[in-house]
Amino acid sequence: MNLPSLTLLSQSVLSGIFIGSLYGLLGLGLGLSWGLLRLINLAHFAFAFLAAYVCYQLSSVGGMDPLVTLAIVVPAFFALGAALQALMARFALTPLNSLLLTFGLTGIVEALIQWIWTADFRRLESHYAQQKFRIGELFVPVPELVTLVLAVALSLCVWAVLRFTDVGKALRAAAEDAPVAAAFGVNPRRNGILLAGTSSALAAVAGVCLALTFTLAPSQIYAWVGVVFAAVMLGGLGSALGPLVAGIVIGVSEAVTMAVTAPSWAPIVSFTLLILILLLRPGKA
Amino acid sequence: VKRGLPLAPLGILAAAALLATLPWLRLPAFYESLLYLVLHWIVLATSWNLLSGYAGYFSFGHGAYFGAGVYTTATLAGKFDWPFLATLPVAAGIAALLGLALGAVVFRVRRVRGELFALLTLAVTFVLATIILNTPIDGGPGVYLNAVPVPGLGPTQSGTFYLLALAAATLTLLVAWGVYASKLGLALFALHDDEDAAEVMGVPTYGCKLAAFALSCALAGLAGGIHALFISYVTTGEVFSITVPLTVVLMSVLGGTRHWAGPAIGATLITGLLYAFTAGDAAVLGKAAVGAVLIAAILFMPNGILARAGRYGTGRAKALAPSGPAAERASALAHADATPASTPPVRASEVLLRARGLAKSFRGLAALGGVNVDVRRGEILGLIGPNGSGKSTFINVVSGHYVPTAGSVEFEGRAVAGLPAHRIARAGIARTYQIPRPFAHLSVLDNVAVAAMFGSANLRTRAEGTREAMKWLAFTGLETKAGARPEDLNLHQRKFLELARALASRPRLVLLDEVLCGLTPSEMNDAVALIRRIRDQGATVVFVEHVMHAVMALTDRIVVFDQGQLLAEGEAQSVMRQPAVMTAYLGRAHA
Repeated sequence: MNLPSLTLLSQSVLSGIFIGSLYGLLGLGLGLSWGLLRLINLAHFAFAFLAAYVCYQLSSVGGMDPLVTLAIVVPAFFALGAALQALMARFALTPLNSLLLTFGLTGIVEALIQWIWTADFRRLESHYAQQKFRIGELFVPVPELVTLVLAVALSLCVWAVLRFTDVGKALRAAAEDAPVAAAFGVNPRRNGILLAGTSSALAAVAGVCLALTFTLAPSQIYAWVGVVFAAVMLGGLGSALGPLVAGIVIGVSEAVTMAVTAPSWAPIVSFTLLILILLLRPGKA
Repeated sequence: VKRGLPLAPLGILAAAALLATLPWLRLPAFYESLLYLVLHWIVLATSWNLLSGYAGYFSFGHGAYFGAGVYTTATLAGKFDWPFLATLPVAAGIAALLGLALGAVVFRVRRVRGELFALLTLAVTFVLATIILNTPIDGGPGVYLNAVPVPGLGPTQSGTFYLLALAAATLTLLVAWGVYASKLGLALFALHDDEDAAEVMGVPTYGCKLAAFALSCALAGLAGGIHALFISYVTTGEVFSITVPLTVVLMSVLGGTRHWAGPAIGATLITGLLYAFTAGDAAVLGKAAVGAVLIAAILFMPNGILARAGRYGTGRAKALAPSGPAAERASALAHADATPASTPPVRASEVLLRARGLAKSFRGLAALGGVNVDVRRGEILGLIGPNGSGKSTFINVVSGHYVPTAGSVEFEGRAVAGLPAHRIARAGIARTYQIPRPFAHLSVLDNVAVAAMFGSANLRTRAEGTREAMKWLAFTGLETKAGARPEDLNLHQRKFLELARALASRPRLVLLDEVLCGLTPSEMNDAVALIRRIRDQGATVVFVEHVMHAVMALTDRIVVFDQGQLLAEGEAQSVMRQPAVMTAYLGRAHA
C-alpha cells in the first residue's frame, strides 16, 4: 500500500462526493417510501434504470437534450409510481412482502429493458459528457456536478415539504401511528399515492443522472442495491437529508479506499458500514 | 397438526431410491442436468427454510453460505488436489462455521429481525465476496476446476452429478422433516411468533436459532461444494450474485415456508418454469414470468401453495371447534375432577422464593426500589398496589424478562436473578401476561405443548408434549378449542390459554399478571375458581390484581407495593385497614 499524492487524494475525495450524491439521490425516494409507507421498494432501482433508458432513447435517437427529458420522465414516472401504489394499497403488505413483490416487479422491468434495448452496454453520448472544468489542480466533470446540484436541491425540497407543509406533517404522523393519524383526519390512501408518486419521480431524476454519468446495462440494476441500502439505513429511514449525507460519506470512503488500495476493495467499505449500523443501532432503522 | 407424519421420511427415502435408478436408463445427459438443477435448488431452498421459514429470520445471505461451500471445494480440490468427495464435508463445515460465527453475534442484538436481518445477511454476502475476490482464494480471474477428476458414481458424468444432488436433496429433506417434527421445530415456530414469550415458556431461543442457522448453512455449503465441480469454473460475480438468495426466497415463499415440503415444491416449479423459457430465445420472458409469479404469489397466497391447498393448518380443526361459552363452562366443570392428583395445600411456612433488595431502574427511573418479598410454598400471595407501583416490574424481573439492577432472588435455595428467562422457566417459575401473548400461528394445542415440552416438565417428544398439553386444556376448559388458532378465541379464552401454558410447564411457582382484568363478572368467577384449583394441585401462586374482592377472596397473604417500595404485608383484611395502604389506594382524606 503506497500513499497517493495529495492531488490524487483530493481528486478521489471529489469523485467520492459526486458518486455519493448519486447514492443519496437514489436513496432519497427509497428511504421515503420505506420510512413513511413501510414499503421497501426494490423496484426503485428498476424504475431509475428504466428512466435512464428512456432518457437515453429520447436524447440519442430523438435528439433531445438529456436534461430536457426530465420534463417527460418525471411526470411519467410520478404517474407510474402513483398507479402502482393505488394497486398495492389494496393489499395489506408487510415490509418484507413488499420487498419480495417489488423484487418480482424488478425482474419484469429488467426483462422489459433487455427486450427493448438488449443486454448490451449502452452509453449516452451527450454534449455534457465532454464538458469539464478545472479548479486549481482538480477536474470537475459537468454531468457529475449536475447530479450533485440536483441531489442537494431535491433533498432540501423534500426536507422543507416534510417539515413545513400540512401534507408533510400528515405523512410523518401517519408513519408514526397510522390509525391515530387517520382518526385525526389524515387520508392515508391519498397521501400514500402522492408519496409513492414522488418517490418514483425522484427515481426518474436519479435515472437521468445515471444516464448522464454511467454506461447502462440491465444487469447493472442490482449493482446499486447494496450500497444505496447502506446509505438509506445510515442516513435514517424517512429522512430527507440523511441519505445524501450518508451517501457522500460512503462515496468518499469508497473513493479513498480505491485510491489507497485497489478498486475491487471498494464494496467492503459500504457493506461493513451497513453491518455495523445494523448491529450497533438497529433501533434507528 | 402432525398426523401421520412418520410416513414422510419413508416416502422421501422411497422416492430417492426410485430416482437413483434413473442414470442407468440412459436418458440424454441434458435431462440429467436439468434434474440436477431441480435437486440443487431443492437443497438450497429447503435449507434456507430451516432458519428463515421456521423461525422467521428471513436471510438474504444464502449466497454467502453457498459461496463458502463453492470456494472451499474449489480451493481444496483445485489448488490442494484433494479428492472431490473429501472436500464436501469440509465445505459443509466451513459454511456452518460461518453461520455460527455470524449468528453468535447477530442473535445477541434483539432488534435485528425481519428486513434488518435480511439486509445484514445480504451485506455479509458482499463483504465475503470482496474478501475472496481480493485474496488468493480467488484473486480475480476465477478458479478453474477442469482438471479435478469427477468420481465415477454413475455411468456418466452428468449421472454422477445427478446422483450427488439427489443424495444431498434426500439428506436435506430428511433434516427439514426431522426438525419440523421435533422439539426444535416447535421451538422455532414458537419464536417465529413471539421470542419473549417463547423464552418465558422455557425455550432457549438463542441456542435454537444457532442450531437452525448452522444446519441451514451446512446444507447450503454442501450444495455449493457439489455445484463448484458441476460448473467447473467459479467466479465471485456469479457465486455471490443476488440471484441465489432471491431465488431461494421466491421458491420457499411460493411453496410455503411453514411446511418442510413447501420450498421443495416451489423449487421444482420455478426451475421448471425457468427451463420452459430457456428453450429458444425466451430467456427474457422467463425472467419476466418469474417476476409475475412472485407478485401473484405474494398478493394472492402470501402463505404459499401448501397453505393455500389447505393440506395443513387449522381448517379442519376449526370446523369441529365452535361451541358456545356455556358449553365450555360445562365441560370445564365436567373436567374439574379429572385433574392430576391434587395434593393438599402444604403448610404455608417454607420459603419458596426469597427476593432481597430487588431493584430495577430504567435510565435512572427506579421502577422497583429494592424490595424484600418472601413467597411461601403452597400459598396464594396477592401482590397489589396502585398503577406504576412496580408489580409488573417485579414479575418481569423474577421471570427473567429484565435483568435486575440490584438485589437477589432465590428460588428453592438457588440464585436465579439475572439468569436468562428460559433457565428460570426450567427451574420451575411460570408466568402469564396481562395482555395474552399466544403464538399466533400455532394451534391452541401447540401453544400449550411448547410450555409442556420446554418448561420444567421438559418432555422429549412431540407426542408426550401433546398429551400433556391436552390435559391442561381440559383443566382450563379449552379442550374443544385445541385445533383452533388463538385469533379465534375471545379474551376470556385467551386468558385461560395463558393459564394453560403456564401450568403445562409444571411450575412450582406461577406468577399471574392481572388475569381478571377485562373479564365479565361471571368469567371472573370461573377464573377465581380456576386459580383455587391451580393451588390445590400443588403450585404456589403470586397473584397481581386490581380487583379487590377477588384478592380478598383468594389470597392467604398480600403484599402492597407503592412507588417501587414495599408498603405493607400480611393477612389481607388487616393490611387493607392500615392507614398507609388506604392512603396509597384512595388518596389522603383531608377536611
